[in-house]
Amino acid sequence: MTATLTAAVPFTTVIGLEVHVQLQTRTKLFCGCATTFGAAPNTQVCPTCLGLPGSLPVMNRTAFELAVRAALALGCKIAPFTKWDRKNYFYPDLPKGYQISQFDLPFSSQGALEVVDPKGALTRNVRITRVHLEEDAGKSMHDETAGTGDTRIDLNRAGTPLCEIVSEPDLRSPQEARAWLNELKLLLVYLGVSDCNMQEGSLRVDANVNLHIPCDGGRIAKTPIVEIKNMNSFRSVERALVYESARQYEEWQATKAEMGKTPKQTRGWDDPAGVTRAQRHKEESSDYRYFPEPDLVPVTVSEEWLAATREAMGDPPSVLREALAATWKIPPYDADVLVNQGRELVSYFEDLAGRVGEGKVASNWMQQDVLRTLNERGGSIDDFPVRPAAVADIIGRVAKGDFDTSRAREIFAEVLASGRTVDDVVASMGIAAVDDDELISLCRELLAANPRVVADVQGGKEQAAAGLIGQAKKKNPNVNPGKVRAMCLELIRQM
Amino acid sequence: MQPSDMSAVDLVTAVRHGDLTALRATEAFLERIERLDGQINAFLSVDREGALRTAAAIDEKRKKGQPLGPLAGLPVAVKDALCTFDQPTTCASKMLAGFRPPYDAEVVARLRAADAVIVGKTNMDEFAMGGSNENSAFGPVHNPWDLTRAPGGSSGGSAACVAADMAPVAIGSDTGGSIRQPAGLCGITGLKPTYGRVSRRGLVAFASSLDQIGPMARSAGDCALLLETIAGHDPGDATSLESPVPPYGADLDRPLEGVRIGRVPAHFGAGLCPEVAHAVEEAFAAFRAAGATIIDIDMPHADAGVATYYLIAPCEASSNLARYDGAHYGHRAEPGRLHPAEPGGHRAEPGKGSGASGGGFESALVEMYCRSRAEGFGPEVKRRIMLGTYALSAGYYDAYYAKALKVRRLIRQDYLDAFEKVDLIGGPVSATAAFKLGEKSGDPLAMYLVDLYTVCTNLAGVGGISFPCGFTKGGLPIGFQLQAPALAEPLLLRATDRYQHLTDWHRRRPAIAARPR
Ligand SMILES: [Zn+2]
Repeated sequence: MTATLTAAVPFTTVIGLEVHVQLQTRTKLFCGCATTFGAAPNTQVCPTCLGLPGSLPVMNRTAFELAVRAALALGCKIAPFTKWDRKNYFYPDLPKGYQISQFDLPFSSQGALEVVDPKGALTRNVRITRVHLEEDAGKSMHDETAGTGDTRIDLNRAGTPLCEIVSEPDLRSPQEARAWLNELKLLLVYLGVSDCNMQEGSLRVDANVNLHIPCDGGRIAKTPIVEIKNMNSFRSVERALVYESARQYEEWQATKAEMGKTPKQTRGWDDPAGVTRAQRHKEESSDYRYFPEPDLVPVTVSEEWLAATREAMGDPPSVLREALAATWKIPPYDADVLVNQGRELVSYFEDLAGRVGEGKVASNWMQQDVLRTLNERGGSIDDFPVRPAAVADIIGRVAKGDFDTSRAREIFAEVLASGRTVDDVVASMGIAAVDDDELISLCRELLAANPRVVADVQGGKEQAAAGLIGQAKKKNPNVNPGKVRAMCLELIRQM
Repeated sequence: MQPSDMSAVDLVTAVRHGDLTALRATEAFLERIERLDGQINAFLSVDREGALRTAAAIDEKRKKGQPLGPLAGLPVAVKDALCTFDQPTTCASKMLAGFRPPYDAEVVARLRAADAVIVGKTNMDEFAMGGSNENSAFGPVHNPWDLTRAPGGSSGGSAACVAADMAPVAIGSDTGGSIRQPAGLCGITGLKPTYGRVSRRGLVAFASSLDQIGPMARSAGDCALLLETIAGHDPGDATSLESPVPPYGADLDRPLEGVRIGRVPAHFGAGLCPEVAHAVEEAFAAFRAAGATIIDIDMPHADAGVATYYLIAPCEASSNLARYDGAHYGHRAEPGRLHPAEPGGHRAEPGKGSGASGGGFESALVEMYCRSRAEGFGPEVKRRIMLGTYALSAGYYDAYYAKALKVRRLIRQDYLDAFEKVDLIGGPVSATAAFKLGEKSGDPLAMYLVDLYTVCTNLAGVGGISFPCGFTKGGLPIGFQLQAPALAEPLLLRATDRYQHLTDWHRRRPAIAARPR
């Protein structure tokens, strides 16, 4: 089966996403245990997250605040009164036999997050159905060695705060779904809500997808909704959705099966194989017997507290993009590139732009030099050894005409490699401003050695002077090419 | 005077003044446990060595002139539903046989900090489910007034050990009457505080929205002493109240002039044993004589109390007891080999990615769950888990659980309305005095009705106290119950103390306790 879809596909893909993000709290949702990733199994546990007899949960206020921050940024309504519910089911990684979650009164609902379709200027408003808080389960590890089939349980993750964000089925292509996830992740990272690290399980995505297929007579056939699980990167989400769309179309062509006639199917994404596979039908039989959690009290949210939370949370990326473009007079594209790199990089840029005074110049340096080398080196912008002051210093010297941009790049690279100051590097590279006398004698030398160029210029072909610049740089690497060109033309004119 | 004849208040005073050592006091009660408990079965475990060690340490402290806690040297028996890190905590269930929690319940920690001496853990109905103590996996408790009769439940062990002077005070827990009813049937004083007054942290949950720990003792004064130590806000229990703890013992002797006590005529219906009705009416008369005004009031939704309770409590229990699945602790069925072969297993939760890889694991797992729970739980616990699971299921939730919550609100409103007119509500604790062991155990419905007079207190979240107000011709104690608005424990204790000042029912001891050595 081909999984490639073109713009000419005879259907619309309808996608809704369910995203679980782990909140960036030091401690768990209902106990004081740490949430550090990668600790030895069962070392971050206590009676509460182990579900021992008599243990009780106490809500982590910080987790609630982070979740509210996310919901506010997603434009959600925050419920003035919200409660906790128990979701009952048996599984070894769920030590209490129930998960504390939110059922009928989530703390927030009815938001939206816009996404710009990657292919063009189309902006799509994707509605958020609800955002709620819940605790994570532990991890089961099935030991297949020696045929024992033993299962080991690590409860370090049990009780970790999760924020579940559920979108309406408003996304219309796999690419758009991926772009929306990128925007969501960026938002959550900006707000300090989550590190959204998919490898560490801090962000998990399930997708609901079906097709709307126009039929004869204007009727729209809707294929059965499939829930896709086990996608461990945004790229997998896109690939799984592309695959699943094609698969559903083929199936529809063969069976003409439409939505509502079969229960919702769950399919797992097999990344290496690049296919989705049917999982057992379970939805219809599961009954979680939700009921209000009697060990916790409902949470009431005041207007004052909400206002303070809104105040403290900072700008979301969408606002920041516009602000950057307006303040520093840079094109929207530049603002987008900078903002998408995260809040720290934006701070770096703002520092640099402030020193340089020219947003576009600073932006060019950010994109061509800072970002490129940062990506090569890895690590965060905060640990990047060349600080904004040094970059501004280099840019300033270019503006003064001390050296040209290509020379400046060499200096930047050397500052980065050696860790020395710009002054040091400039001195050690023998870079010194070339004074006018030096420049005149150098140009005279060049003209004497190149009568052909002189003749061409005198014959009206000024561009011939360009041939002299390379020679000038060879004789003295510090010369400014623009100045060499201007001086040579001037001398020829005086001849 | 023998330590076992002293009130708890006198006992701690004697220890503080050096008239009695903590060791001597502890030994005296341990001796009685050794002598009597073979017939009563009030204790599931007795920590003789630990108690003597603690007592000796308290005496040492006193000798060195170090400050002593308010309960210094007071032996306390603790219901086996409260976690103790140094003693088993079984909830009288095979499921938790031998289970040792890694932590102390908040109440136990407060007792220790007050220099109380924890002598042992008391028998109870399994997971506090029952009104006769016959649902213990470790045998029933025998009522000290008549060993062929039930002590009531679920805190039957705590009630019986105080009645037989095996401990001066005990800790019980009350979900639908589990302190007050056995206190009534054993002739002692038992207080169920306002919901949230005493921390539930470390109390093995039966029904979280109803459970409350409270003191059981021979008198209101002794209950006040114990309550003052165990009450108070606990940041580790989200449902615990922040209101400050008053000195419960300070105001006990203030007369009852001006106090209005409600009497509910409907309490005296056909089901009430005439001997009990008589004793209860006599108690009202005594209160009137003590200066209180008796006012007839109506509790229009009280009839629905038992039905409401037997939906809400099992619903919460079905979830609270899900954790006993054999996977992490407690009883696990040992099937020789749980065969991990056949596919077709069923993971109960569909929402997660980190699921099982093979169906074989799942069918073996489900088998382990089913067998562990089938073996570990007794019939009453299973009955309530099934009741609750059913009532919470899709399609039944609205008809049962949601409706029960609505009725609960109406019952709560009844209390609010009543407390506009009266300060306390009086009446019987149980319809009869202690019944025979085995008399009701074959009939769960008859057993549920023993909670008739007590469940509404828990549904409303208010406080209640029960104390002896007479005896049947056959010599069995009869209990009287007072209920009060939220946080009115001082009034409950004061009214009881005033009554006990005028009467001596609470001083009577069963023959078994008085038997000479
Ligand atoms: Zn924990």
